[in-house]
Amino acid sequence: MDQFAGRKYLIGAFILLIAVIIVFRLFYLQVYDSTYRLSAENNSRRVEIVYPARGLVFDRNGQLIVHNQPSYDLKIAPFELAPFDSVELCSILGIDIQTLRNGIHKVKTIDRERRNPFIKQLSPETFGRLKEQQYKFPGFYFSERTLRKYKLEIGAHLLGYVSEVDSSLIKADSYYELGDYYGASGIEKSYENYLRGEKGRRFRLIDVRGREQGAYKEGRYDTDAVRGKNITLTIDSDLQAFAEQLMQNYIGSVVAIEPSTGEILAFVSAPYYNPSLLIGRIREENFITLQKDSLEPLFNRTIMAMYPPGSTFKTVNGLIGLNEGVISPSTTFPCRMGYYAKGVSMKCHAHASPLNFVEAVQNSCNAYFAHTYKNIIDNNKYPTTEDAFNKWREYIVSFGFGNPTGIDIPSEKPGFIPKSSYYNRYYRKGYWKAHTIISNSIGQGEILTTPLQNANLAAIIANKGYYIVPHIVKNIEGIDTADLHNHDKHFVMVDSSFFKYVADGMDYAVNKPGGTALGSRLQNITICGKTGTAENPHGEDHSVFIAFAPKENPQIAISVYVEYGKWGASYAAPIASLLIEKYLTDTIAPNRKYIEQRMLTSKLTDKQ
Amino acid sequence: MRRRLNLLAEADWLAIFLFLVLIVFGWLNIYSVNYNESSTTFFTTSNRPAMQLAWIGISLVLALLIFVTDSRFFSFTAYPLYAFSLAVLLLVIIAGKEVNGSKSWIMIGPVGLQPAEFAKVTTILALARFLSGYNVKANSRKNIFFSFLIIALPPIFIMLQPDFGSTIVYGSLLIVLYREGLSGWLLLLILFMAGIFLASLVFSKFVVLLLLVLVSLLIYGVNSKNKKNTGYAIVILLAALVPSLLLQYLDFIKADSFIVLLIAVILATTTYIILALSKKLKGVVLMVVFLYAFIGFVYSVDFVFHNILQKHQRERVEIMLGLKSDPWGYEYNVNQSKIAIGSGGFTGRGFLQGPQTKLKYVPEQSTDFIFCTIGEEWGFLGSLAFVAVFIGLIIRLIIIAERQRSKFSRIYGYGVVSILFFHFAVNISMTLALFPVIGIPLPFISYGGSSLMSFTVMLFIMLKLDATRKAYLI
Repeated sequence: MDQFAGRKYLIGAFILLIAVIIVFRLFYLQVYDSTYRLSAENNSRRVEIVYPARGLVFDRNGQLIVHNQPSYDLKIAPFELAPFDSVELCSILGIDIQTLRNGIHKVKTIDRERRNPFIKQLSPETFGRLKEQQYKFPGFYFSERTLRKYKLEIGAHLLGYVSEVDSSLIKADSYYELGDYYGASGIEKSYENYLRGEKGRRFRLIDVRGREQGAYKEGRYDTDAVRGKNITLTIDSDLQAFAEQLMQNYIGSVVAIEPSTGEILAFVSAPYYNPSLLIGRIREENFITLQKDSLEPLFNRTIMAMYPPGSTFKTVNGLIGLNEGVISPSTTFPCRMGYYAKGVSMKCHAHASPLNFVEAVQNSCNAYFAHTYKNIIDNNKYPTTEDAFNKWREYIVSFGFGNPTGIDIPSEKPGFIPKSSYYNRYYRKGYWKAHTIISNSIGQGEILTTPLQNANLAAIIANKGYYIVPHIVKNIEGIDTADLHNHDKHFVMVDSSFFKYVADGMDYAVNKPGGTALGSRLQNITICGKTGTAENPHGEDHSVFIAFAPKENPQIAISVYVEYGKWGASYAAPIASLLIEKYLTDTIAPNRKYIEQRMLTSKLTDKQ
Repeated sequence: MRRRLNLLAEADWLAIFLFLVLIVFGWLNIYSVNYNESSTTFFTTSNRPAMQLAWIGISLVLALLIFVTDSRFFSFTAYPLYAFSLAVLLLVIIAGKEVNGSKSWIMIGPVGLQPAEFAKVTTILALARFLSGYNVKANSRKNIFFSFLIIALPPIFIMLQPDFGSTIVYGSLLIVLYREGLSGWLLLLILFMAGIFLASLVFSKFVVLLLLVLVSLLIYGVNSKNKKNTGYAIVILLAALVPSLLLQYLDFIKADSFIVLLIAVILATTTYIILALSKKLKGVVLMVVFLYAFIGFVYSVDFVFHNILQKHQRERVEIMLGLKSDPWGYEYNVNQSKIAIGSGGFTGRGFLQGPQTKLKYVPEQSTDFIFCTIGEEWGFLGSLAFVAVFIGLIIRLIIIAERQRSKFSRIYGYGVVSILFFHFAVNISMTLALFPVIGIPLPFISYGGSSLMSFTVMLFIMLKLDATRKAYLI
């Protein structure tokens, strides 16, 4: 036999020793020490969630926009239910006996051991009455929550709304539990992590029947809820309110940006809705109503609607032409009521001819920019049309077109700037040239941009060649602003020296006879603006206007879209000028009151 | 037919009986945990008792299959099976399904399997195959190295999943090595290192170092023939230590007590080595090397603890050692587990009667914490009976292992004993708050197909080897 056979006794002894220790421990816990038996009766726990209030939202001047209001949910603890006067409860709650029965049956099937929500968001009156009578209804409890309340009922699209979490979100983010609220759109969504705060927990002792017996370990492990962080927006609430008022009878949008910072001053998508409609119990019902509205008030046109930019896009093509050297500021092109070449014709309106660059911008001459675009695309510098086109596209993309700008509001659309491959597919490679795609010269054709991208274009021209990513949150309590946004200057590919010619042209368009937006001129402030007409296959064209002011040291850049407004000068330009006047002077001059009146009383929402 | 009849006659029916008792008892407890009075929730909450019944059926079929397999199969295929299980463990790391933060499941259709459970069987087989080789004993350096390699490879892979519980199970195979001739001193050294690991987590480095110095002095004192030399060592140490601490106390040295002690120890050991070399004393260098090796070890513990262990594992150890309190998480669970077991009292609350079980205060109650239900519903008497049956099975297996003629069968038998015992002891100790919670199942009792099947296979390979022990001499 082997020499180590004796070790079996040691191993056996070791195993028996451990077994004896375990048996002693069992004896101690189960027989000797009775505390565990007693604590089993009453030493169980329940955790209650303490919901934090969401962060408040202020405008750029410290004006409160969004705050919170208390709300109470009625919960049922199935274990604690005892016979009660169901008729009385029904009359307080305003429900019928069948609803009550179904509700109780339902909470029992969810989880018998916990308090489950029965009726959410009781009205303050119902809560008050029931609270007094609560002792009569064992097993019924309240839990306090907060709901949003809008001090200023503006900016529905940018603020977004708060909704209850669904199962997919709970799966994706372990912070959320059933019944939590979260920001579902707008800044409520993009800044959810700051606004939501931190839930607190209270540990409660309960007995086997689920009755509360006090705090677990004297509340040693309870945590307080931490309220959400307050947020200051870049929005000027007065300007926002005025913009909404002006847009009340139109479909379209207004985006105003402070060019030097990229801060968004006003952000309107019309038709809009009252944000208070989407709070609490009424949300679901109102949401459906809004969803069914044919004017699509839930649709955020500022960043989701993609229109052809129309004549405002001529500024970009002009700048590219200047930078590429295919035209100079003094280059003139003739216009015979349009641009006519082999196989192409593009009409223009009546104006003097020939025009130089600044005059062409002032008059929005189609022929001038068709010539310019042809020179860009047929530039000998590039081996093929496709190469020249790719270069042109590179320029366009540097202006922030064709991609989301990166604004801090969810669901931004990129717009559309066709690639050469797009035309290759459409016309076959090598079978298209400048004239094939000449519509791009005047912002028609395949190009699509969002109102935000157009406002950003105005800011780029105001800044003479760069932009800062537009954003809507100025700062967050306790967060370093530098960490919040990228404040880098994004320079476009056009040299800054060329911008003054475009600015001059936009100045003349508003302030010199012959300009396309002469009616929107201000007495003391030089507005630089460019009208546009976005082709609309479904009806009257859309009225578009981009502008910035004052010409020297610009404070505001703006883009206004009014659907079915036909000419840029007819609706978009006057609205933009009123907003610029309001923002820079705080008032509307008496001699311009009639414009305000006209804009407020006209109505284009029935044109659809 | 004759061979079959012989097999049945030769099978160890006592072990099979104890096994069946455990399986039935386990299923009753799983049924109780998932039992709900209101019939509506019976079908909706869980079908675990039904699932477990299916697993029991499959396990019994597996047991039968093993019994009709030629017993030489297991030693011949030990290495290929071992290699295969390593490959599967690797596959799990790459393509496993993640549950509770560890990737330890492989999905076969709707059924999940944990390869780590089966790897235990193949590891014991491989170890038995290796150590049963001609003239191989676990007391040469080369053999110890290869044995450790066989034991260590699967847990290294399992650690990557990561599944800490299944990893440390392999440590129990030291028992097998010990039985096959591993030096008792080496075993003690390993246990001492584990002890120092815990001590360095609980106590400050100063205390641990002091402890190490005292232990090395003690070992030296016991081993040296001339007690005077130990006296010298103590005097030199004190001569270095007392002034240093005094200086530190009087604020002349601005340093941590640990650093002061370390400097004193370095001074003392250097002096003593010079002295000892001049007097040609034996064992001094060995003692000093031992001391410094452990000082290094204490430092590395810190590293392992903070860089290798996962956060939840670290917390569990910290709470177990009383360094941290966390009622909502871990301490709460253990507390609830103690309450559930304690509430069973002497005779228990009776089958299906445990309210702690019903109200789901204890987590994982069908799997890792199934013993709570046993304690609560069957009381001290039931728990005692359960422990007796389980330990009875283990002792019976030792007896079976010892009566084998082939070395392979004996070593394999001890492997089964080690793994079963470790699972049993650690699982129950954690529900009794004697040991940190590491998620390992209670063999034959916990819910779960992988563990039930692998333990059954493990046991029945042993019983098959035993039944044919007279037929072959492998």
